[in-house]
Amino acid sequence: MSDSNGIHSEAQGSAETIIRIVGLHKWFGDFHVLKDIHLDVAKGERIVICGPSGSGKSTLIRCINRLEEHQRGKIIVDGIELTNDIKNIEKIRTEVGMVFQHFNLFPHLTILENLSLGPMWVRKVPRAEAEQTAMVFLEKVHIADQARKYPGQLSGGQQQRVAIARSLCMKPKVMLFDEPTSALDPEMVKEVLDVMIELAEEGMTMLVVSHEMGFARSVAHRVLFMDFGQVLEQNSPEEFFSQPRHERSRLFLSQILH
Amino acid sequence: MEVPLQPSGTDTVKPPATSVGILGWMRKNLFNSVFNSVLTIVALIVFARIIPPFVQWALFDSLWTSTGAACKEADGACWSVVTNNLRFILFGFYPYDQQWRPLCCVTLIVGLFLYTGKPSRWSKGLAAAWGMSLVAMGILMPGGILGLEPVEPARWSGISLTLLLSLFGLTAAYPLGVLLALGRRSRLPAIKVMSVLYIELIRGVPLISMLFMASVMFPLFLPEGITVNKILRAQAAIILFTAAYIAEVVRGGLQAIPRGQYEAAESLGLTYYQKMRLIILPQALKIVIPPTVSILISAFKDTSLVVIIGLFDLLKTTQVTLSNPEWMGFSAEAFLFIAVLYFLGCFSMSNFSRRLEKVLAR
Repeated sequence: MSDSNGIHSEAQGSAETIIRIVGLHKWFGDFHVLKDIHLDVAKGERIVICGPSGSGKSTLIRCINRLEEHQRGKIIVDGIELTNDIKNIEKIRTEVGMVFQHFNLFPHLTILENLSLGPMWVRKVPRAEAEQTAMVFLEKVHIADQARKYPGQLSGGQQQRVAIARSLCMKPKVMLFDEPTSALDPEMVKEVLDVMIELAEEGMTMLVVSHEMGFARSVAHRVLFMDFGQVLEQNSPEEFFSQPRHERSRLFLSQILH
Repeated sequence: MEVPLQPSGTDTVKPPATSVGILGWMRKNLFNSVFNSVLTIVALIVFARIIPPFVQWALFDSLWTSTGAACKEADGACWSVVTNNLRFILFGFYPYDQQWRPLCCVTLIVGLFLYTGKPSRWSKGLAAAWGMSLVAMGILMPGGILGLEPVEPARWSGISLTLLLSLFGLTAAYPLGVLLALGRRSRLPAIKVMSVLYIELIRGVPLISMLFMASVMFPLFLPEGITVNKILRAQAAIILFTAAYIAEVVRGGLQAIPRGQYEAAESLGLTYYQKMRLIILPQALKIVIPPTVSILISAFKDTSLVVIIGLFDLLKTTQVTLSNPEWMGFSAEAFLFIAVLYFLGCFSMSNFSRRLEKVLAR
């Protein structure tokens, strides 16, 4: 992993809260997936959420752009509370970018069309301008030469970088990453993490569900450890990895850091 | 430094003579086992028994332009039943001196369809041409304006009726079917329940009974003095019927799209309509091209059921021709002829769909 020194320090000072989660509960049927979650995310803050599978970490970030509906508690994103009002939901989704484990590119559209679609239809940007922006972001994820291809013609790592660029084209204020590297072949993980690190260096607010501990160590301001639908530990990455406070975290770390 | 990608020293060796050429092909495909060899020989014998007599009947001994009486003397096929009655079979009771009008319509439809067959020719201009030709047909068939003599719909018949019922039926049923499929998957309970009821009710009823209802029952519910013409009622029945089947096929396509596609579209902030139009439907409709075309083909053939409510489509005009004493007994020839027409229609549709799949395949 490329070492990005010095990026812990900045950004944390600005106290402006962009995401506020208060007393969040969610059930899947009878199963209580999220139990009383409280979380404030400052602008420019980078949070890595880890925990065993089934701990609710993906569900938590999917609640933030309402891919999952919560049943109790409050989620406020950029001053707008998430309710059943579809207008609010669409508004928040334009401000919150999401990167999925399985990329979810649109296979019937070219890379360029994948990127320009959101700005053109949601932000009503003219095509030429949208494509120009798309090329800028493709440049940024080092993949501009693939613009005319279809997603199926790209490798997993390339597809995930396109997916990141697609979200960035909407100029989001927050980026959510749902296990962005866990569906990738090992040799492609680095190219995606490098793009995410570059994004971090530019001060993007990021919530990342990931088990990439190297990434967490070098980029995150805060590590959240979740299990049983609860946040069991919140800590700085240094402390979390060297002296985890919670017993479950210790066990989890010993299992993944063999 | 160059590294050879393939191990060297593997010279190309020619395959053995028995695996190439005609002999090789026959060996591989016709005589590759005892069972297949027997099958091949049996098939050859059957062909030898059937094909020469058929050719003798259909070509060498056949009559093409004779009278019916001459036909009764001959051994071969009497294609005269078709040639002598061609105008009636194709255009039926449409006024004789005005039959250039349905001829124009049929030529327009067939010509445009053939032209559209090549995807490289698709353009906005072509779509406009289709739109304009629909308008032109709407003017040509009934007449009454532009100095055209009015022709009441009761006299529209033959192949022009078959093609019109099919063309308007299929183009209207497809979008309706897509809407019903979306309705059935809607989160709004009222829309969902109505779509389910519609689809299940219509699918539970044969087309014949729908046509009967359209022709016999429906007028009973209309107020005194108001009539809707019979062709329109049959057309509506065909559209409503076909749409229900298309809806179920499209629903299958919608369910085949991974949830991630919906979520990716939603997370970009697309509205429901944008999500469906730009992301989901283009993929779903592409998947279901083969079953959709099956439904369209069967709907095209099912238009012949309108005979039972007294409309004179291609099949009925042929039957009328055959009830003429001069031409009685030549039904094989006449039905073979319309079978060929129907086959050409169906085959070109399925051909078209295969090309469409190729273009959309990525």
